[in-house]
Amino acid sequence: MTAPYWEAVIGIECHVELKTVSKMFCGCPNEFGGEPNTKVCPVCLALPGALPVPNAMAIEYMLRAGLAFGATIPPHSKFDRKNYFYPDMPKNYQISQFDMPLTQGGVVRYWLEDGTRGECRLTRIHLEEDTGKSTHASADGRLAGATSSLIDFNRAGVPLMECVGEPDIRSADEAVAFLETLARTFRELGVSDVKMEEGSLRCDANVSIRKRGATELGTKAEIKNMNSFRSVRRAIASEIARQIEVVEGGGRVIQETRGWDEAAGVTHSQRSKEEAHDYRYFPDPDLVPIDVTADVVERVRATLTETPYERYARYVDTLGVDSKRATQLVDDAALAAWFDRAVAASDGKAQAVVAFVLGDLARLANESGTPLAAGKVTPEALAELVALTSSSAINSKAAKQIVETLWSEGGSAKAIVEREGLAQVSDRGAVEAIVDEVLAANPKVVADYKAGKTNVMGFLTGAVMKASRGKANPSLAQELLKEKLAAR
Amino acid sequence: MPTDRIDIRHVARLARLALTDDEIATFGPQLGSLMTHVDALAKLDTENVAATAQVVPSRNVQREDAIRPETILARDVVLQNAPQVQGPYFRVPRIIAEEG
Ligand SMILES: [Zn+2]
Repeated sequence: MTAPYWEAVIGIECHVELKTVSKMFCGCPNEFGGEPNTKVCPVCLALPGALPVPNAMAIEYMLRAGLAFGATIPPHSKFDRKNYFYPDMPKNYQISQFDMPLTQGGVVRYWLEDGTRGECRLTRIHLEEDTGKSTHASADGRLAGATSSLIDFNRAGVPLMECVGEPDIRSADEAVAFLETLARTFRELGVSDVKMEEGSLRCDANVSIRKRGATELGTKAEIKNMNSFRSVRRAIASEIARQIEVVEGGGRVIQETRGWDEAAGVTHSQRSKEEAHDYRYFPDPDLVPIDVTADVVERVRATLTETPYERYARYVDTLGVDSKRATQLVDDAALAAWFDRAVAASDGKAQAVVAFVLGDLARLANESGTPLAAGKVTPEALAELVALTSSSAINSKAAKQIVETLWSEGGSAKAIVEREGLAQVSDRGAVEAIVDEVLAANPKVVADYKAGKTNVMGFLTGAVMKASRGKANPSLAQELLKEKLAAR
Repeated sequence: MPTDRIDIRHVARLARLALTDDEIATFGPQLGSLMTHVDALAKLDTENVAATAQVVPSRNVQREDAIRPETILARDVVLQNAPQVQGPYFRVPRIIAEEG
């Protein structure tokens, strides 16, 4: 929690592995895991003389990702070398993009659990290559006390997009909402699996605080090593609290990299930078420039469909679905598509459709392990059921039974109503006859009611429902009971 | 003096080169004269020359996204020039700082 006096300013940078078949600059497979050092070739191992050739699909995925957030696609782009030494990077430089990224600008619109919305501008998204993976050879596998590191280059050269956000975020919850929206969008665009646990989404956060209302930025700390959305939320909240404590204690925040310690729940200073990074970027002479024509941009733009945020906003703003349920739908693209078809078939009765989809149907899907979209219930059958319910042709008890039957057999809701004789009896005369019968059979209960025990109404309604084998319209039954009792 | 613009110790550290004081005394002036040479280029009129990152006149050289199994190396070949090997891994001195 930020004390009211302080405001946190957060900028997120995240690396996302693209889901191409092959690596960025060579024909090695882009697959997670596997036997160490078995998915490598002269290019990704940086053997002398080997030359990189960019993967066309990775560039296409970048355009898709950028355009989904309204980014500008500059007509010219290029690759640069980012020079530094690290054992898991075989070339001693990383092929990246410096001043001419594939996409520039754009806005990520996101929403929080409670339905509040926000947006964060993107500075850019650029394309680069991933490094190998190192593990540390101490007894407990940790860096501290390790005498050597072990390198697996299977991941070296996997296409990586780096999304750089502007410092528009003000809380840990907003940071998570921003990342969740990125993840949902990239997953739906098919550009990445976005699995934090497998490292295909990795993020860093620049965190600073300032007096609320101030315009200049405070000194920022860069937080690393956040391996789940939960750790992002905890790490940022803990770092904000730490900085407030430092400043309120009369100290000042220093610019440094801090690693999140999941177990201890705090960030730790990692060796503060003695010297600023000096990556000496320069254009990679092994790679020719990339030109992206307006035709290509338009072709890619034409493939884009509704984004998760747009879908969420449509469900909430147009269909009146509550935020929590809208999120549940958006998080499952197949379910959302099924829901959309059912809403269309039911003439826009979204509230009733969502109640079935996330209620009985979700329960049945969960119990059986078969997703709704892969099951026997068609959106049209649900629309029929919704129509039957809203016209009072069946009561809610019958609706539940029909849902079960549709789930196990498929088919049409109307046909089930006819076959099983589930049509609700709303004929006044027919229900009246049953009510009379019930009242005649229960003189003591009637006497109790007349003596002021109005809670016996539940018993009497139940008796009418039972006598009608569940088919009487319950509200009509109650209405008639009240009328008849009052007349006695 | 052009050498004023070069912190040769910094450049050496970035390149992971351990230079002796004698070497610094030798290489400093040499790098300085290289800088002087580059300065000559700055005098050229480049008003009508487009900025370029590549002298090769080609664009958009790309490959189809496909695996080329014939390029993948066998692991014993991969590891044959490693300074040290442990099991299926390259073994390197302990990594001490995070970069990238
Ligand atoms: Zn390779």
